[in-house]
Amino acid sequence: MKFHKGCLPEQVTKGHQNKKVSVIWSALVLMVFTFTNVYGQTENPFATDSILTVQLDEVILIKSRMPEDYQKQAKPLASIDDYLEKSHKVNMMKRGAYAWEPMINSMTSERLTVTIDGMRIFSACTDKMDPITSYVDVSNLHYAKVTSGQEGAELGSTIGGGIDLQLDKSGFENRGWRTSFESGFEANNMQRILGSEINYSNESSYIDADVIYRKAENYTAGGGEEVAFSQFEKYNLSANGGIQLDEEESIEASFIYDEARNVGYPALPMDVSLARGIIGSAEYKNQGFMGLDDFKSKLYFNTITHMMDDSQRPDVPIRMDMPGWSDTYGFINQAQLEAGKHSVQLKWDGFYNRSLAEMTMYPNDPNQIPMFMLTWPDVRTLNTGIYLEDEFELKEGQLNLGARIAYQGFRVADEFGLNSLRIFYPDLEASQTRFLKSISARYYRKLGDFEVSSGVSFGERAPSVSEGFGFYLFNSFDNHDYIGDPNLKNEQSYEINGKLSWESNKVNVSLNGNYFHMPNFIIGEITQGLSTMTIGAAGVKTYTNLEYATQYNATLESKWNVSSNLICNAVVGYHRGFDNDGRNLPFISPLAYSASLEYAKKSFTAAFRLSGAADQVNFNPEFGEDRTAAYTVFSVNMGKTFKLGNQNFMYTKIGVENLFDTWYSTFTDWANIPRMGRNIYATLTYNIN
Amino acid sequence: MNIIKFYTLTLFIAVLFTACSDNTDDPIVIDENPLAEFNLLSSFNVNGHTLEVYSDQNQYTTGYNELFFRIKDNETDSYVSNATLSMNPVMHMEMMSHSCPKSTILKTNEDSVYKGFSIFQMPGNATEYWELNLEYGIDGQTYNLAERIEVKAPADGKKRVNVFTGLDEARYVLAMMPMTPDVKVNDFSAMLFKMENMMTFPVVEGYSIEIDPRMPGMGNHSSPNNEHLVFDTSNAMYKGKLSLTMTGYWKINLKVKNTAGEVLKGEDVTEENEASSLFFEMEF
Repeated sequence: MKFHKGCLPEQVTKGHQNKKVSVIWSALVLMVFTFTNVYGQTENPFATDSILTVQLDEVILIKSRMPEDYQKQAKPLASIDDYLEKSHKVNMMKRGAYAWEPMINSMTSERLTVTIDGMRIFSACTDKMDPITSYVDVSNLHYAKVTSGQEGAELGSTIGGGIDLQLDKSGFENRGWRTSFESGFEANNMQRILGSEINYSNESSYIDADVIYRKAENYTAGGGEEVAFSQFEKYNLSANGGIQLDEEESIEASFIYDEARNVGYPALPMDVSLARGIIGSAEYKNQGFMGLDDFKSKLYFNTITHMMDDSQRPDVPIRMDMPGWSDTYGFINQAQLEAGKHSVQLKWDGFYNRSLAEMTMYPNDPNQIPMFMLTWPDVRTLNTGIYLEDEFELKEGQLNLGARIAYQGFRVADEFGLNSLRIFYPDLEASQTRFLKSISARYYRKLGDFEVSSGVSFGERAPSVSEGFGFYLFNSFDNHDYIGDPNLKNEQSYEINGKLSWESNKVNVSLNGNYFHMPNFIIGEITQGLSTMTIGAAGVKTYTNLEYATQYNATLESKWNVSSNLICNAVVGYHRGFDNDGRNLPFISPLAYSASLEYAKKSFTAAFRLSGAADQVNFNPEFGEDRTAAYTVFSVNMGKTFKLGNQNFMYTKIGVENLFDTWYSTFTDWANIPRMGRNIYATLTYNIN
Repeated sequence: MNIIKFYTLTLFIAVLFTACSDNTDDPIVIDENPLAEFNLLSSFNVNGHTLEVYSDQNQYTTGYNELFFRIKDNETDSYVSNATLSMNPVMHMEMMSHSCPKSTILKTNEDSVYKGFSIFQMPGNATEYWELNLEYGIDGQTYNLAERIEVKAPADGKKRVNVFTGLDEARYVLAMMPMTPDVKVNDFSAMLFKMENMMTFPVVEGYSIEIDPRMPGMGNHSSPNNEHLVFDTSNAMYKGKLSLTMTGYWKINLKVKNTAGEVLKGEDVTEENEASSLFFEMEF
């Protein structure tokens, strides 16, 4: 208990806490009892779960049709954000209970490429309240592939890496009708989750449809403090279908409709009344097209509508509405070519995006007319690029070479918006073009029980719409208004990474490190002499290219197969980031660790997990940060699969997160909002095959 | 109606319209008012003439008024194109009378249209009123008229003219030139006059006018890259640039400096001092 010394708020009454603790203990006792009861039996569902140690990317399984896989998940109906957060590579920045923003290598959205089935989608919110990951749900995802640094260049130009969310599709398999019903409940914020899906597939066609609904009230932080404006409600509908035309050709289509309403953002001064994403694609596949293997051609579109408002907030200096829209149209053509020892991947992709955001402020003086500005001045982005990857076998080892070259054009389509930006940049042209390059080389080799991989790469990215064209975007964390700079240079990254792993029968240890030297690093710098727009803001920052910034991180992972039923995992990671003046970069992970014990036996699973971080020693007050205190939190879960009849299954899972109701906040929590306190959850899934 | 008939009829109508529009180009037929797009503010019937005063505004307004004049000879029912005009608006107050800054009146490109401006410092009311004194000459003969006009405050109530006593104890009139504000860097100009006596208001040359646009409704937000107004001898105006970062109500705080750089009127806007005593207003 020494970990949360000083973390528990004093206002918690002893009686209240005792009651909660006793509930936890009962749950624990029950769990240990069940645990010992089944211990000693044979068969291990994890036995086939071999880890590719040389693989640098990480695949987070979200949904599987295999009953044993289903049970591996700590919290099957958790949000996609929860899933990503469990990854060792990903951190999630939180502004509330909903729509967390993924970070890889301590880098956020503008430095990452996040795609859904390879499709580019861009958030419509100027305040990053709607990361792409918020427009899908676990109901329609199969897995998330997380790549670090230039490995992510396959998806698009990136610095920090990429996340590709793969949709769950039945595929052309003869499995007939399958239906399932899912329900979940989380006690802390009274989250109700209901979902259902229906799938049909045979060798020549498939169709999938699913729906999921979530509604949550405010959550309670450790110690019992209610976090106001942390409620949310969302539903997601999706459908996939495919037809096999002949032995080699098939066409597939997918559609997602996602809508969230009444989403609170406790860390921000505004909430969201509506966030809607419509995502669609059609794909043609050919296994043997002009001598290429696995040719795929996809056309897609998506349209995001995001309505930010403060109508629920009781006390604001001025009422405002901030709607935003982002529409993207794109294509992906890709093919695989196997030639001798070479495995070549070719990809030609492109997208056209339109980002527009407005702000209307209603003066307190009713005689004055509303004030209006364009915060994103209808920026049109046209990007097309070619990606080439060649993986080939050497005498001893394997070499992987990758390159992307992309053209990116920006155009400010709105005259009003262009004139607004010309207040700051009088000579600004409406259009500009950029070329973005990426090149990487990775080498893998096995040396006895050891495996080594190392890579060097170079990458570039263009400024994001906010960084290039944002107009008075308020950052509530550092309390500054941000102005974009259309003349920013492309940010670059020289990256070195390496991984050394050792594997024996029962133990697997690996050490992984990344180093980024980033010339022209884009960050907001205080600009003297500019007047704030937001009432109460401390100043104005303009996005600027630093001479360079440096980031590095190291992760030590270990996995111990204690017995055929019991696995022990431990991870510890350290990140560091600073600029050319030695100034700390914001949102860099302090020393963080997690460990888990996972037990699985036939139809029963149980897991115990702890995670925590040391004091955030390296922080930057210029960005609103302070020294976030160390914490450790614990969680437990257990699950059981019941076979009903011949082929039908019922899965149950219950668990407790933040077992000791610790009050804590992490380096990724916007404005230091506290995380959820103790949360007891249960899920029930019924599968009819 | 079959389709051939339909097309024949369409063609016929088209030809007819083409013919008609040819007719309208004929200059003999019409007597078009070149000021048709402007508002007729006054029509004075004196000396056998009808004097018409037009403006792009729909009233005589405090601040800068561009005025267009036409003189019709009532006998011949034609407009006079060789007249000379001058004006002197006078405000009749209870205790005194005074004039306002005004321009000479010159002929425009349009033969029978004359143009000038007048800057009214204040609106009239029940007991105090403006009188428009016009002196005009046609073919060597001089005529006069003195007619009461109704000068009103602008409909939006926004301040576009300032009358102030400077540090040098002189009285000045500072007027904003009409503009259509937009979210951009706007061209912005003003005219400054000294009140030499009750009737004489010469243009002040070589001063500077500093601007500080603010939004009182947004915590006194200001905008960057404004350019102070400097004197432009070519049109006797003070010209500069006004940045407006959003729509809404703006207060343009002003400071007038003389040739020596001394502040004659106006204060800096600071945390403590919300606004200058000298300002223009706009809302869009």
